[in-house]
Amino acid sequence: MQELLTNWFPNVMAKLPDFYAAIGDTLLMVVWSGIISFVLGLILGVLITVTRPGAILENRVVYRALDILISLFRSIPFIILLTWVMPVSRAIMGTAIYVRGAIVPLVFGAAPFFTRQVESALAELDPGLVEAALSMGSSPMEIIFRVYLKESVAAIARGTTITAISLLNLTAMAGVVGAGGLGDFAIRYGHDRNMTDVTNVTVFVLVILVCIMEWIGSQVVKKNTH
Amino acid sequence: MIELAQVSKTFGTGQRQVHAVRDVSLSIEKGEIFGIIGFSGAGKSTLVRCINLLERPTAGTVTVDGKEMTALAPKELRQARKKIGMIFQHFNLMPSRTVFSNVAYPLRGSGLSKQEIADKVHKLLELVDIGDKAAFYPSQLSGGQKQRVAIARALANDPSVLLCDEATSALDPQTTKAILRLLKRLNEELGITIVIITHEMAVVKEVCNRVAVMEHGRVVEQGEVFSVFADPRQEITRNFIHTTSNLQKIEELIAEDSPVVRLQPGELIVRLSYVQRNVSEPLISTVSQKFNITLDIIFADVAIVQDAPIGGTVAIISGERQQITKAMEYLIEKNVGVEVIKDARAAY
Repeated sequence: MQELLTNWFPNVMAKLPDFYAAIGDTLLMVVWSGIISFVLGLILGVLITVTRPGAILENRVVYRALDILISLFRSIPFIILLTWVMPVSRAIMGTAIYVRGAIVPLVFGAAPFFTRQVESALAELDPGLVEAALSMGSSPMEIIFRVYLKESVAAIARGTTITAISLLNLTAMAGVVGAGGLGDFAIRYGHDRNMTDVTNVTVFVLVILVCIMEWIGSQVVKKNTH
Repeated sequence: MIELAQVSKTFGTGQRQVHAVRDVSLSIEKGEIFGIIGFSGAGKSTLVRCINLLERPTAGTVTVDGKEMTALAPKELRQARKKIGMIFQHFNLMPSRTVFSNVAYPLRGSGLSKQEIADKVHKLLELVDIGDKAAFYPSQLSGGQKQRVAIARALANDPSVLLCDEATSALDPQTTKAILRLLKRLNEELGITIVIITHEMAVVKEVCNRVAVMEHGRVVEQGEVFSVFADPRQEITRNFIHTTSNLQKIEELIAEDSPVVRLQPGELIVRLSYVQRNVSEPLISTVSQKFNITLDIIFADVAIVQDAPIGGTVAIISGERQQITKAMEYLIEKNVGVEVIKDARAAY
């Protein structure tokens, strides 16, 4: 087995510790920036939904401000965002490089995207449910938690899966700030040094990661659809 | 119980302004079933939403159970809404919750313990005859069952008023009847005041005590259901009444010259309508025996509204000319509306 792998993937086997570290870095980046983006996106997605004209906490100023801000960050290519938010990164994380330095730009890249995912998930909700809740005397907070969020678990899970996968994509670019990870590994060895087997194995690992994410997502959707 | 005073609701501004409700004043008594009927776009759904302030009126005041709804602070308004149940055309049940959890929804924060909530939910489900469906999800229920769940949910906080917004419009005729029977029973057993919004006159005829007819945002006619049926003042009201009766079909048949309405010389077609509460004798057979004439019924449509017959018959009368005249006079004397539609006596 060992021999077979060494035959087929000589460069990967020669750099196994680096390869494992790359996987670890990628997971670290996805998990941390994922958790932060999830919380931020959920809050902002709810906020933009309930402040929309005609919604339960209608507020034109908040709605417009959020809408513009999200569009702004969504329109900046991630590779530019990476360097652009470096000062913010330094202020919050103490550094603008390595995995720590990549978290802030990743959040800036993923949170606005996830906010839109949440917004469209909540927009799918039958407005009749909100009306019914209002008629039963529910407060805005109750409606947010017991109607909007509770009734949209499946739709939000779908958006989360999509966001997680696109976040995995973004981490491939994080090598620019020296964050390492699978993307960086594949570029540095697979491309720059023409070690094709490195690229192939990296792609394979990424495919597996995406499949796992999709499987988890579909399980949550299945459990919450009646 | 419910007092609407000069309520108006306008949507939008300037050119695109829509006057959904215009200057409506209504007084709905405690314990009655009040119908509001109108074609779609007449403003009836907006009007009913003005009662629990899902739509805030642009002018006028709304008072429910002595509380001026339009003057309440947000928190007080939410408290007041708990005492005004509402059901909807499309039921608006929460799809991710079971029937039990749907009915338990409004009970959270009511101060009841978990056990008390469970007891109450089961009692409510028994009340609307779906005690066996507690663990089901709404998607597993039929339309009628969903509306029963919605009714149970609306009753959870023991409201004094139940608003029904086209509650039977998405249901088939049989299920509609069953839901209306349920509403009537709840009205009698719980003494709850019910407001029914509908575009079907049959619904009003079936359960309401009083009715208001809406057109272009205004209430154009209102009163006891029987008197509105018996003596409609407005064209639109007559249109609604005709939708529930086939007595008008006779004109179409005559226009088509159907064989059913071809007369022998000396015969005539009359429409007899029962518009007074005191018509109760079996008039047709009495008249035919008393005056020795024949009454061939083409159509008959008699409904019992508020415990009195309303409607009428269309019949061909044949017999001796003088006797026919006497019979008609007798019927008029008995408070029956007599209308000659086609007359072949002249040719005799």
